[in-house]
Amino acid sequence: MSEYLLIVFSSIFINNFITSRFLGICPFLGVSKQVETATGMGLAGTFVMALASGITYWVQKVLVAFDIEFLQTITFILVIAVLVQFVEMVIKKSSPVLYRALGIYLPLITTNCAVLGVTIINVTENYNFLQSVVSGIGGALGFSLLLILFAGIRERLALAPLPKAMEGFPIALITAGLISIAFLGFSGFNLAALLNF
Amino acid sequence: MTKWQIFKNGVFNENPTFRLVLGMCPTLAVTTAVVNGLGMGIATALVLTGSNIIISLLRNLIPKEIRIPAYIVVIASFTTIIDMTMEAVVPDLHGVLGLFIPLIVVNCIVLARAEAFASKHKPSEAMMDGLGIGLGFTLALTILCSIRELLGTGTILKARDFGFAGWHLFAKDLGVKLLILPPGAFITLGLLLAGINWLVAKRGEKKHE
Repeated sequence: MSEYLLIVFSSIFINNFITSRFLGICPFLGVSKQVETATGMGLAGTFVMALASGITYWVQKVLVAFDIEFLQTITFILVIAVLVQFVEMVIKKSSPVLYRALGIYLPLITTNCAVLGVTIINVTENYNFLQSVVSGIGGALGFSLLLILFAGIRERLALAPLPKAMEGFPIALITAGLISIAFLGFSGFNLAALLNF
Repeated sequence: MTKWQIFKNGVFNENPTFRLVLGMCPTLAVTTAVVNGLGMGIATALVLTGSNIIISLLRNLIPKEIRIPAYIVVIASFTTIIDMTMEAVVPDLHGVLGLFIPLIVVNCIVLARAEAFASKHKPSEAMMDGLGIGLGFTLALTILCSIRELLGTGTILKARDFGFAGWHLFAKDLGVKLLILPPGAFITLGLLLAGINWLVAKRGEKKHE
């Protein structure tokens, strides 16, 4: 149990996708103008990342069995693209309410590098099936946390008087930098000691 | 537009990093040393040029409904070629860039140019666009890297793969360590973008006067 907790905790706070691994920066800057849309994107992302982590674990097994690991990039991105399409269709049929909330974010997720990133990280870290899924969920939770925090700050920032040249992306990036400094504080955390406590 | 104009447009007016603000993940992640930035920029430029040419050649054959998956397969093939070539030729650099080489597949610059330019233009024009945007991206990464590496470590152009220790300008202890840590990426790029916005606005005012 504790190793799963360790994966979740470290992927939310220490190796956060945004502040330390730099994955998924495009949606982080693109859909973080309002808390509501940020929450939608976070939810959709969590769902797809958990599914993708689980499925690519078996896909990698097949690739290794046939000795064609060099096709990893192509296969993974196609699996993710198909998965996103499939999830979109299922949600559209089964829950129109959820579809209206997440629908527009789903196509964006195919090219979210956090999804492809987490699947490749799972392979390089040699995670087993459960660990892969947990690392997908943990990574996505960290991503959502940052997205929502950042959207909250940006809603305030939109009202602040700024020099013309700083408006938009520049001030957003500097704000993200300050959040990242705050998250650096977690990197000295002694996780093992915390779990034994 | 002539081919030269297409090329120049990619480097300056539509510079992917400074003007379009695309492809932020590798821009922020690998720019801790000039060599990494150059390597990432050139790798992306090669994938971009290759996929632009192929997609432009196939532009009348690919059905409209499945164009995005088709583009992704072409881009992923070029990414795999570059990934394997780099692993063989520059193993150290490949190790440092790591995850971000396969992630060229989902770099929005590459897909954006395939969709917005290559699918509507002749192969020769698509090639110039790929080279222009690629050079623009490489230049932007190099500028960002130079600032971070120099101010952060006091040394510039350190390249282990090529056996070059770099120029040592000041002691490492005097460097601003924050700049080579993740927050430094966000802050340096934010300030650079602000500076460029200011310059562009100033040039615009001059033209109006």
